[in-house]
Amino acid sequence: MNLHPQPAPAGTDAVAAPGASISLRNLTVTYNNGFTAVQDASFELDPGTICALVGVNGSGKSTVFKAIMGFVRPAAGEVRLCGLPVAEAISRNIVAYVPQSEDIDWNFPVLVEDVAMMGRYGHMNFLRMPSRADRYKVDQALERVGMTEFRKRQIGELSGGQKKRVFLARSLAQEGRIILLDEPFTGVDVKTETAIIALLRELRATGHLILISTHNLGSVPDFCDRVVLINRKVLAAGPTAQVFTQANLERAFGGVLRRFNLGGEQLHDDEDPRGVTVLTDDERPLVFYGEGKGQPLAADNPPDKKPS
Amino acid sequence: MIAELAVPFEYGYMLKAMWVSALVGGVCAFLSAYLMLKGWSLMGDALAHSIVPGVAGAYILGVPFAAGAFFAGLLAAGGMAFVKARSRLREDAVIGLVFTALFALGLVMASIWPTSVSVQTIVLGNILAISDEDVVQVAIIAAVTLGVLSLKWKDLMVTFFDENHARSMGLNVDWLKILFFTLLSACTVAALQTVGACLVIAMVVTPGATAYLLTDRFGRLIVLSVAFGAGTSFAGAYISYFLDGATGGVIVTLQTLLFIAAYLFAPRHGVLAARRRRIEALGART
Ligand SMILES: Nc1ncnc2c1ncn2[C@@H]1O[C@H](COP(=O)(O)OP(=O)(O)OP(=O)(O)O)[C@@H](O)[C@H]1O
Ligand SMILES: [Mg+2]
Repeated sequence: MNLHPQPAPAGTDAVAAPGASISLRNLTVTYNNGFTAVQDASFELDPGTICALVGVNGSGKSTVFKAIMGFVRPAAGEVRLCGLPVAEAISRNIVAYVPQSEDIDWNFPVLVEDVAMMGRYGHMNFLRMPSRADRYKVDQALERVGMTEFRKRQIGELSGGQKKRVFLARSLAQEGRIILLDEPFTGVDVKTETAIIALLRELRATGHLILISTHNLGSVPDFCDRVVLINRKVLAAGPTAQVFTQANLERAFGGVLRRFNLGGEQLHDDEDPRGVTVLTDDERPLVFYGEGKGQPLAADNPPDKKPS
Repeated sequence: MIAELAVPFEYGYMLKAMWVSALVGGVCAFLSAYLMLKGWSLMGDALAHSIVPGVAGAYILGVPFAAGAFFAGLLAAGGMAFVKARSRLREDAVIGLVFTALFALGLVMASIWPTSVSVQTIVLGNILAISDEDVVQVAIIAAVTLGVLSLKWKDLMVTFFDENHARSMGLNVDWLKILFFTLLSACTVAALQTVGACLVIAMVVTPGATAYLLTDRFGRLIVLSVAFGAGTSFAGAYISYFLDGATGGVIVTLQTLLFIAAYLFAPRHGVLAARRRRIEALGART
């Protein structure tokens, strides 16, 4: 993916995103089969933030996204976006959402650029006639996710990672102040992942609020300011340094994480008492280094020893 | 010879038949673009059959057939949507369930009140003998449907392509679906009078399916589909003058011929093009 970090065109993004916020208050979601997927969840997020939503499979991450989009009705509690009730925030095009898996017909006769253009519909008049500005924004969005060369492809004729990027482009074109990404890194190569992260950083710099669920624990401290740990209930929520600790993660994942402890002579031949703990839920391990419960190491400072 | 070919244009009833057919064919083709993609192709057929109790009821109550038919069509479409939304049944099962239920109801009604056997005339449809009132009615239905669809086609496309995204843009998805099925019911009634119940399904499937083989863009698909639908219907009515009736059969035969041509010769998705490309790819390798 060729990402070209671009300065936000004057007068668009930079002013488009004031005051983005998400607030969940005692949110409880019960599905039709009686299963309560999210219970009494509360957290607040402010503009210019990237927040990771982390938890095991079935912990309710996607359910939180669906509740924020108003696709499932809360059994109790409420969600507010920029201080507005969900329905109103949605009708004002405040939120862009990239679901975990697209529930669409891949044989539908639409091209990549048509899908990206759908992100603009909410900004158009009732005839949905694209203006030059709309076309420009679609071009930009496709460029930013590196899909320009595929813009004339029918969407079924793409690889899995490329499909993901198309829907990312659509959400960029939508210009929501709040961007929800449900596991955007699954099935995506490292190059694309790095590029997406760079993109998210740019969006954060222009005041967007990004909520992202991921199993790539290793990259979380790298680019997320805040973390919400969830397992039906919110286990912990707050700044990454405070929340994303070994103790909390073990609580969130129980025995599910693969774990490697390296210490003492395996690691050093001096008297240094510190050990390395490697937690992994996915291909990208999370590394703690230090005495007892260490601090996470950022991924741009990787350990030169890999667990075998 | 030439003079002979121009004969149909000299008769008022033939001109009427050709234009009305073209209008109905065009509108049904517009709807077919959506139906075919959603796997709802059989819904046209289902609606045409579901209309029978409406016609019988209208006869009993002494209201216009079209009103009863439209009402029954709405009931069927609504019933299908309702059962689908609240169960895990697949589309085809739901469609089958609802339309056989209504069709059976129609048969029962027709046997209890035997005077309503004139249901048969509706089911067969006869464009060459269409009355002026019916022409007006069909024209209004077609014009309104075409108007609404040309204003809302993109909203409907997003709704059918990605319902969640449509919601996330603040579109009223449920309202759009109701709108679509209302138009579909109305057009089914109109198509009944031109080609008859049995052939309605062809009108709402074949043009869209043909266009689908020719393009990867939804906007163009609609344009092509409408052109095919209107063109074949006009030509079909014209040809039927020489064949003495069976307008519906001629129209659908023409549509089928077009489909076969597209199936074989479409530049990108046709059978021959795919073969040629495979051979080229093999040739390039050796
Ligand atoms: N439509 C549904 N009906 C009933 N239960 C559901 C439904 N969708 C999800 N669930 C249940 O709710 C729980 C939370 O599901 P959710 O999809 O939110 O998990 P998740 O955290 O996104 O998991 P993953 O990491 O696998 O994506 C799961 O136990 C799941 O079985
Ligand atoms: Mg999920």
